[in-house]
Amino acid sequence: MYMMMVVALGLYACHPDPVVEAAKEIQFEIPKGWPQPVYQFENNPLTVEGFELGKKLFFDTRLSRTNTISCGTCHQQFSAFAQIGHDVSHGVDDKIGIRNSPPLFNLNWHTRFFWDGGVNHLEVQPINPIQNPVEMDENFGNIIQKLKNDADYPKRFAAVFGNDSITSQRILKTLAQFMGMLVSSHSKYDKYMRQEAGGEMTTAELNGLQIFRNHCAACHKEPLFSDFSFRNNGLKPSVVNDSGRGHVTLQPSDMYLFKVPSLRNLLYTSPYMHDGRFSTLEAVLNHYATGIYSSATLDPLLSNGINLTPQERKDLLAFLQTLNDEEFIRNKRFQEQR
Amino acid sequence: MKKFVGVLLLIVLFSMGCRKKDDPKPPVTNPPSLSLSFKNMVGSDTLTLETASYKNAHGDTFNVSMYKYYISNIVLTKEDGTTFTDTNGYYLVDAEKPLSREIKINNIASGSYTKIQFLVGVDSIRNVSGAQTGALDPFYGMFWDWNSGYIMAKLEGTSPQSPNVSKQFVYHIGGFNGPDNVLKTVELSFPNKAVVVSSSHTVIQINSDILEWFKTPSTVSIFNFPGAMNGGKPARTLSDNYADMFTVQSVTTTIE
Repeated sequence: MYMMMVVALGLYACHPDPVVEAAKEIQFEIPKGWPQPVYQFENNPLTVEGFELGKKLFFDTRLSRTNTISCGTCHQQFSAFAQIGHDVSHGVDDKIGIRNSPPLFNLNWHTRFFWDGGVNHLEVQPINPIQNPVEMDENFGNIIQKLKNDADYPKRFAAVFGNDSITSQRILKTLAQFMGMLVSSHSKYDKYMRQEAGGEMTTAELNGLQIFRNHCAACHKEPLFSDFSFRNNGLKPSVVNDSGRGHVTLQPSDMYLFKVPSLRNLLYTSPYMHDGRFSTLEAVLNHYATGIYSSATLDPLLSNGINLTPQERKDLLAFLQTLNDEEFIRNKRFQEQR
Repeated sequence: MKKFVGVLLLIVLFSMGCRKKDDPKPPVTNPPSLSLSFKNMVGSDTLTLETASYKNAHGDTFNVSMYKYYISNIVLTKEDGTTFTDTNGYYLVDAEKPLSREIKINNIASGSYTKIQFLVGVDSIRNVSGAQTGALDPFYGMFWDWNSGYIMAKLEGTSPQSPNVSKQFVYHIGGFNGPDNVLKTVELSFPNKAVVVSSSHTVIQINSDILEWFKTPSTVSIFNFPGAMNGGKPARTLSDNYADMFTVQSVTTTIE
């Protein structure tokens, strides 16, 4: 006994640094039948602690200059992490932007971010809203200072990274862990495709799926319901004259192109389009039927619009409702901890 | 007594156990070191921020309020043609921060070096690989958040010739893709060999001349060209100009 104690003491003395418990690894699951994601957490090992820290940061208003706006302000879970009822979002001091905040799900499959695709990697996406003067208008120097002065954050960073140093890179990597985990794959359509319980489609929904595949799927590619390309879908430029992708690439051929949005979770993400100009799916279908504005960069697939009979329209709308994923918007794992 | 000896023995054992295994005597010679020392010039004058007034090739008067550039992918070539690569070295030279002008190359190998090559900017791989740290931290204001990628070099100042109300001119040079690529590889031969041996310290002084931003191949008028903020042609024009702004001024080696 006496010897054992001595040996234990000796071991202790030889390891002056307390051993930090390793963070618990999370295996990212690719839903059955889906392609490999673009972002696979390379150089950003996905862990429970990393995900939870990213979630805390996502909902923390201290990421804004005025300590009033968090990522979650314009990306709310009940709205599939978009902001229902807002055509464009409100930032610090009630400043407004020019774009409709997009929903956040299945981001690991996106090749580029924002309506104009200006950002090329999930990890650097949050830099934009954080620094944007009409969104959070804050800089990393201030954020790091605020987090360092917090009782909890240094411990949380240490649990993820092994020490309590707080850097923009660590903030961005944990935010990417939270955002990357936001996978929406439990809609009725998904269950139908996987032949799971709850996936029984009605005749109208099945007709709608066929209409969708004939008229919409070229851009809204299954199973993500976007091919993530940039296209001009015939929206007449508003007074803002947002040139979309063209502003980023400076190419005339990219003027007024915007990223094709996913059609998942439409029930929760109204209004629609990059500027939120349509508040109903009826209005969206009217646009494709009769509202196409012709211009040099109009997508050729839309030059004649999309013409559906009233019955086809009804069935298509029925099908689109099968893309809503209630489990996703209610998933407790993604909820803010108060 | 027996117990006392036992305790004593244990204490001795502990102190031995805690010692690092093979702790050989430190070598008598120190490893060599090599530093790049950047000096920012405007023609023949050392750059003075804000207060000094300069004249460019177009005849415009200007002063400089900000001057920063990235140096990366440093490769040193020995006289036998073999090379030493400074792996993962990214450095931001900022005229406002004297310490940033001294770049210490880690673990330089011994040899007689005759030239240096580096990239003005950040290579495309680091522009597409997510959140970075060190000199590449977006905190330094050298990362475009609306069009992902690093600003390779920044020059800002004022000029009476500027058409802006503020009289500012603002050059943020970015773009790493295809035709918009502004990355410039600079290769400079040394006036004399840099003989890097144990205990030696070599300093390579490299000057950058801001006047080169405004001339050859294109003469830049601040009136016509008060800003380059979005990549594309303005950024390409200025980067083509500044590609030849670096010169090696001296190579000195001292032995401790």
